[in-house]
Amino acid sequence: MRKFNSILVANRGEIAVRVMRTAKSLGYRTVAVYSEADAGAPHVAMADEAVLIGPAPVGQSYLDMTRILKAAEETGAEAIHPGYGFLSENAEFARACEKAGLVFIGPTSEAIDLMGNKAAAKRRMIEAGVPCVPGYEDKDQSDEAFISASEKIGFPIMVKAAAGGGGRGMRLVHAAKDLPAALSSAKSEALNAFGSDELILEKAIIEPRHVELQVFADSHGNVIHLGERDCSVQRRHQKVVEEAPCPVMTEELRGKMGAAAIEAARSIGYRGAGTVEFLLDAAGNFYFLEMNTRLQVEHPVTELVTGLDLVALQLKIANDDPLGMTQEDVRLSGHAIEVRLYAEDPAQDFLPCTGRITNWIPAEGDDVRFDAGIVEGQEISPFYDPMIAKVIAYGESREVARHRLIEALKRTVLFGLTTNRGFLIDILAKEKFADGGATTAFIGEEFTEGDLADAVPDAPSMAMAAVLQYRIERDRTLANTVFVTEGLLDWSNGGALITHYAYQAGDEKVDVAVSPQRDGSYLVAAGEAELSVEVLSQGASTALIRVDGRRHHVQFAAPSDSLLEFAESGKALRFTNLIALAASAEAGPAGGRITAPMHGTIIEVFVSEGDQVEPGTRLAVLEAMKMQHDIIAEVPGVVQLVAAVKAAQVAVDALLFEIETAAE
Amino acid sequence: MTAFASKIVSSSDAFATNRAEMLALVGELHTLKDRARALSERRRPRFEERGQLTPRERLIRLLDPGMPFLELYGLANFCVDTTDREKSIPGASLLAGIGFIKGVRCMICASDSGINAGAMTQRTGEKMRFCQDMALDKKLPFVHLVESAGANLLQYQVESWARGGGGFQRLAKLSAAGIPTLVVLHGPSTAGGAYFPGMSDYVIGIKGRGRASLGGAALVRAATGEISDEEELAGSEMHATKTGLVEYLAEDDAHGLLVAREVIGRLDWNKNCPRPHLKVFKEPLYDPEEIAGVVPVDYRRPYDVREVVARLVDGSEFEDFKPGYGSTLVCLQASIYGHAVGIVGNNGPIDPDGAAKGGQFFQLCDQADIPLVFLNNITGYMVGKEYEQKGMIKHGSKMIQAVSNVRVPKLTLYIGASFGAGNYGMGGYAYEPDFLFAWPNAKTGVMGGEQAALTMDQVARSGAERKGQPVDEEALAKQKERLINHFDSQADAFYTSGRLLDHGVIDPRDSRKVLGFALQTCWEARNRKLQPNSFGVGRL
Repeated sequence: MRKFNSILVANRGEIAVRVMRTAKSLGYRTVAVYSEADAGAPHVAMADEAVLIGPAPVGQSYLDMTRILKAAEETGAEAIHPGYGFLSENAEFARACEKAGLVFIGPTSEAIDLMGNKAAAKRRMIEAGVPCVPGYEDKDQSDEAFISASEKIGFPIMVKAAAGGGGRGMRLVHAAKDLPAALSSAKSEALNAFGSDELILEKAIIEPRHVELQVFADSHGNVIHLGERDCSVQRRHQKVVEEAPCPVMTEELRGKMGAAAIEAARSIGYRGAGTVEFLLDAAGNFYFLEMNTRLQVEHPVTELVTGLDLVALQLKIANDDPLGMTQEDVRLSGHAIEVRLYAEDPAQDFLPCTGRITNWIPAEGDDVRFDAGIVEGQEISPFYDPMIAKVIAYGESREVARHRLIEALKRTVLFGLTTNRGFLIDILAKEKFADGGATTAFIGEEFTEGDLADAVPDAPSMAMAAVLQYRIERDRTLANTVFVTEGLLDWSNGGALITHYAYQAGDEKVDVAVSPQRDGSYLVAAGEAELSVEVLSQGASTALIRVDGRRHHVQFAAPSDSLLEFAESGKALRFTNLIALAASAEAGPAGGRITAPMHGTIIEVFVSEGDQVEPGTRLAVLEAMKMQHDIIAEVPGVVQLVAAVKAAQVAVDALLFEIETAAE
Repeated sequence: MTAFASKIVSSSDAFATNRAEMLALVGELHTLKDRARALSERRRPRFEERGQLTPRERLIRLLDPGMPFLELYGLANFCVDTTDREKSIPGASLLAGIGFIKGVRCMICASDSGINAGAMTQRTGEKMRFCQDMALDKKLPFVHLVESAGANLLQYQVESWARGGGGFQRLAKLSAAGIPTLVVLHGPSTAGGAYFPGMSDYVIGIKGRGRASLGGAALVRAATGEISDEEELAGSEMHATKTGLVEYLAEDDAHGLLVAREVIGRLDWNKNCPRPHLKVFKEPLYDPEEIAGVVPVDYRRPYDVREVVARLVDGSEFEDFKPGYGSTLVCLQASIYGHAVGIVGNNGPIDPDGAAKGGQFFQLCDQADIPLVFLNNITGYMVGKEYEQKGMIKHGSKMIQAVSNVRVPKLTLYIGASFGAGNYGMGGYAYEPDFLFAWPNAKTGVMGGEQAALTMDQVARSGAERKGQPVDEEALAKQKERLINHFDSQADAFYTSGRLLDHGVIDPRDSRKVLGFALQTCWEARNRKLQPNSFGVGRL
């Protein structure tokens, strides 16, 4: 008999959905918890029961142990799966679960505690004979101790927060003279972020690969590994692309790394799913980095190459069942690559973006998997991690997987907010990545600021956008008429009526004129260019359009008559018809309406009504997604209205200021 | 039903010749309209300087993109302003037609203020009144984009003033009928013109440009000596704040048109009209584009009108009504965009049997409430002893009586000749067809010039004979030439259209669409419920 039959998933988004999928398939009753911001989220809809645990901020919901345990009690849940992030590596929570008589689906609180402290973990690994990066992880936190240690280790050196993760409290130091300053800033950042200012030093391995081993240990002493994942493609220490196997892996190296990973787990009496992260240098040396005591974001690539369900294995172990397999039973076949789709803007230094997902149609295809926790119409709020989905492709070879993934990304329809989709496609298409040569330095080396800048639309894109805007508004109108047959559309006995659109293309405003022709095509003048556009087929969000003889598969969404979201080959463009906007903008105080660019909190207001402002004057600061954004005046004039209030929460597009421009 | 089997060979020389000649005439039509367009376009820099849109841009901004637009009276005033065909400017400085605003079928008139600042031409008032009449009849909200210098005092004619009042009277009638009227005041509307906004239900005034006053600053100074500022006297802002004549004040043309669209949208106009039960239909088997090659531009060259019908109706299918009786009058039952119609065409002059058949066919269509389509290529009713004795007058009268009194929509196309009483029996101008368009090859009149000349030639010869005088051949030849010229110069479609004797000249290849649009407009009018009131809505 099973120890538990109902599972509360103390998480949200794709991972909550992922865990529940397996749990349900194995006959478990599932309980979701959710914040006020997530009432309409898919994980809530999917669960057998769902409990509201508080307002949107994580501290009052997904990180609030008391509320989660209360939810478990109320719903009679017998086990808790923490997912990743949030409380997944919180030893206190694991203990609290045990105390409440709940099965915590994860390792023991001792293991979490141990691996949660980088310094302690490293000391244990050195004891266990697991190769570690030369470094310093002593209790003596004096500058003198760090300086003398650094001389032994040799530069460059990485300063890290002992309790840290996610790149915070981390500093790369190239020379001894820079060390004191790095120590002091890392300490204060670590204290802020993790509540502890303990630091460690590590020799910086330049341009290593990030290779991690998936391990599983049951409560009967069995420990196995499921091969490795290469997560070298990172941006600011955040993984972007993960794959299995590692492109430069050999059987011999895998054997060595696997043995080290198993030893790492065994030496601390580990139980459950864990990931042992290593740095792998060009010479094939590997060093223990840290151990993650939870299911990883990137676990699907391992599932695809092993054919195993990692969540099912977790549940088995949590039930105290033996793994039921040995190392020899683990077979790796084929190749899997995962990308993390984020709501963020690569052109704005990857600033997280909020918005409503208006269109979401994952591209179905052979061996393509979407792990997503979103639905159409869902609001992506600033309260949680901006990752909205993972796209994973499998192939018998790495090249097949890579191309499947590129195609899946291109064919997926996703509108409503800015994402890193185009950036992901660019990564996958880079020669260096295709060759399997990407290290942790890959993104920094391969992408310039120009590569990440917003694309300037070309004439064919503008022509297609204008024709789509024209037809969408036409068809919307048609639905409101009493009696007009389709055969009469695009026609006048008085000659073609030419409809104009105005788009911003870089610094230029381009006039795009759509003129329907007798043969059903459109003659489009886009700036200097003249193009013939034929719409071969048009669905709700995809179209096949021929422009001057060349066929384009495009995707689109038209949330309003003035805005067209457009994507071709996964590259998104936003077309705002300035003509449709002109009048309404001018109706207000001459272009002086300043609205919130995203959800957030106003943390400072600098101007009052009646103040004179110039273009560039800072009006306020909006904090969102842990980042501060200046609200800037774009026109000169006098502040007529201050709607922004310090410390107030504002929604995207909320009016903050009105500026009346000086009379001409 | 099987489709008509066409005998037209589109690769034949005759087809190519017909097509070339017809398209040349279509080209002429475009040239004429482009003349007005180009003239207006010359003022673009002035409009742009003042932050305005050109009249044609205003019209397009007002309309829903991609929805059909039926231009009306596009050639109005052609050869009226001057008899020089090479110089005459068609259009009467007014853009007009039926189009869609937020899905609402509307009648739209817009001052073509690029031409003489939108000053009235001889036929401008009449064009406007005819459009208003159609708006009333077809229950179309009336939208007027006003920017007009008014009447040209140098060309003052008393009847223009007297009849011109009808334009305002019709605004009152529309309002009372429950049909909203709306003005966007883009520029001046002075003196009489001030009643366009004054009498309209909704007025949108453009800041700094839209003006309405009974007398402009010049007239006021002349009349009273008062020196006044145009904005104080007439400006939109003044009317929006002081007189209440302007309901909505807009920043500029573009904004004003957006407001106009919103106001029309807010009428929720289509709530009071049921939706039709749309039938499934097939496009014509024979491409309507082929019409240009099917029809000889010279009406004296015979062809089977069924070849035209096959390129107009659904599936190229029709039922031939009494094909073996009175066979020169072709009566067909068919449908256009799923809409049942009775079609009448001509394969020669109408004889007594044909007239009787036509009269019966009209009454049958009326009985079944099926609209009638008249394809005019008619030189007239038969003359001669045999036909007179068979009762040509009596039978022709029955046919004309039926045309006059049928209750169903009548759609007339002049596709070739339309002469004499034949025009009457075939739903000509005086028989108030709901829509009447001409192909550019059409000739209309009491008779052809040649026929008139020969008739007069005969009269002269008989007179001379009676008096025993010799025939002055030279004088007769001159008279003949003069007569042919006198008749034919008034017969061609561009000339008659200039005199507003039809709703416009169309590209024959557009005929199916024009008929479809007209049918749908009529259907909507007959199914729409209005909420009339007694006096029109007053601006209190």
